[in-house]
Amino acid sequence: MENREIILKHYTSSPYKKDEVTNDYQKIEVQSSTCVDHLNIYIKLKDGVLVDGYFNGEACSIATSSCSILLTNVLNKRVEDIKKFIANFEKMCNDEPFVEEDLQEAIVFKDIIHQGNRKSCAFLPYQGLKKFLEEN
Amino acid sequence: MNIEDFPMLKEDLVYLDNGATSLKPQCVIDKMTEYYEKYSANAHRGDYDISFKVDQEYEKTREEVRRFINARFKEEIVFTSGATESLNWIATYFFGKYLEAGDEVLITNSEHASNVLPWFRLSNKLGIVIKFIPLDDNHYVTVENIEKMLSPKTKVIALASITNVIGDARPIKEICKLAHENNIFVVMDGAQSVAHQKTDVQDLDVDFLAFSGHKMCGPTGIGVLYGKKELLEEMEPPNVGGGMNESFDSPQEVYYKDLPTRLEAGTPNIAGVIGLGEAIRYLENIGMEKIHEYEKKLRNYALQELLVLPHIDLINIESDSGIIAFNVDGIFSQDVAYYLNKYKVCVRAGNHCAKNLKAETGVQNSLRISLYFYNTEEDIDNLVELLRNKDKILEEMI
Repeated sequence: MENREIILKHYTSSPYKKDEVTNDYQKIEVQSSTCVDHLNIYIKLKDGVLVDGYFNGEACSIATSSCSILLTNVLNKRVEDIKKFIANFEKMCNDEPFVEEDLQEAIVFKDIIHQGNRKSCAFLPYQGLKKFLEEN
Repeated sequence: MNIEDFPMLKEDLVYLDNGATSLKPQCVIDKMTEYYEKYSANAHRGDYDISFKVDQEYEKTREEVRRFINARFKEEIVFTSGATESLNWIATYFFGKYLEAGDEVLITNSEHASNVLPWFRLSNKLGIVIKFIPLDDNHYVTVENIEKMLSPKTKVIALASITNVIGDARPIKEICKLAHENNIFVVMDGAQSVAHQKTDVQDLDVDFLAFSGHKMCGPTGIGVLYGKKELLEEMEPPNVGGGMNESFDSPQEVYYKDLPTRLEAGTPNIAGVIGLGEAIRYLENIGMEKIHEYEKKLRNYALQELLVLPHIDLINIESDSGIIAFNVDGIFSQDVAYYLNKYKVCVRAGNHCAKNLKAETGVQNSLRISLYFYNTEEDIDNLVELLRNKDKILEEMI
């Protein structure tokens, strides 16, 4: 599948995008400082493992699909591994050396992050989850 | 018209975000460069020729701003960093002294954040009450709706003369008449209007006016606070320091200079002021009436072309300015903006700093085109052609 198709698939029919809000999830709200992207990410942590997650909000195709791909990659992972995954993605965003194969589908943003402001769109969900894991 | 005056338009660019900022004509750029190259001294130190020249140019601009908005006195023109600072100063340093707990300020849901947040802050500080004037079905302000909101506690009506998303013009003159009959002050946010149509503060009878230089072909970082002289006399200086004082022998013996210097502490944005002066001369040479008429005509053309496209949802069909807000059905505004950007068409996507507007229009985000006199029918044709095929947008937005 082409990168564009993967992004569109996650944008238009993400399995993790749900409108319902339940109380037993921890909410991560993240708002772009440069545009109107606004995501709410809901996660459930158990014994150091992210056992479930979903998201909603109003955001562009890049921020939305990036959030969906992030959740695909971190579900059932240990917090330490999630932090490494986020760090690796951040390195790609900052044009630093990174491990391409570890990013799985998130590699689809490799070129897009160089298009104007879209780096911040792709990184937005990572920014939210990173901050949450650092503070909790 | 006048495309040849703008270096940015020598490139293949369709710039439709004039509500955010305008492009700069060569004469403004040259005028500012001239200051930096030929007489780059400080103001208010006219002991030598080049500083005297600074004072002349600086004060000449003040006079030009006075004439441009037809203020009565030159002292009523205070230079600020822009409309945001002007509105903050008006709310904080005039009304912060004047208002008391329970006093009411009337605004609307379609105001820009800069005409909302200074009042919210004052509300938290003083216990004043912020009330929202209901808008009519077209999101317009009517004098009747304002009248219904008046109470003996109403002290201020603060409104944009033209709003930045809907683009509606408010009947400021009638609002001032009603307000003054009831001892209410009127603050006019002119950020979206002063650059596009003739403004006459005496005819309107507004008490305060705020606008920015950069939206009217001038430089960034310069703006104007107009206030009636007797009101500015009561304004607390936002900054104290160099340039604005007469003497300061002790905390009890501090004497400030007269208006407007009293409100302009520190080294001002000299290049900005000089650039603004040139921008005003440039606009006056074209003629504000001509600019207004041209924009109206171009807006109607754009509207007529966009209305044909079934997947375009227009938010403000009725409007009095060069602003058109819309969405492409089913596509997030920012994705459309990115798609247009690939073809060097610059439009704004988002909530345009009017976050409360959702309550009125039910639309959180939109695309906005905002026209100026250097835009052309060809610009509109380019935009419309790119928007014509929804599948193409979906195909190319990523």
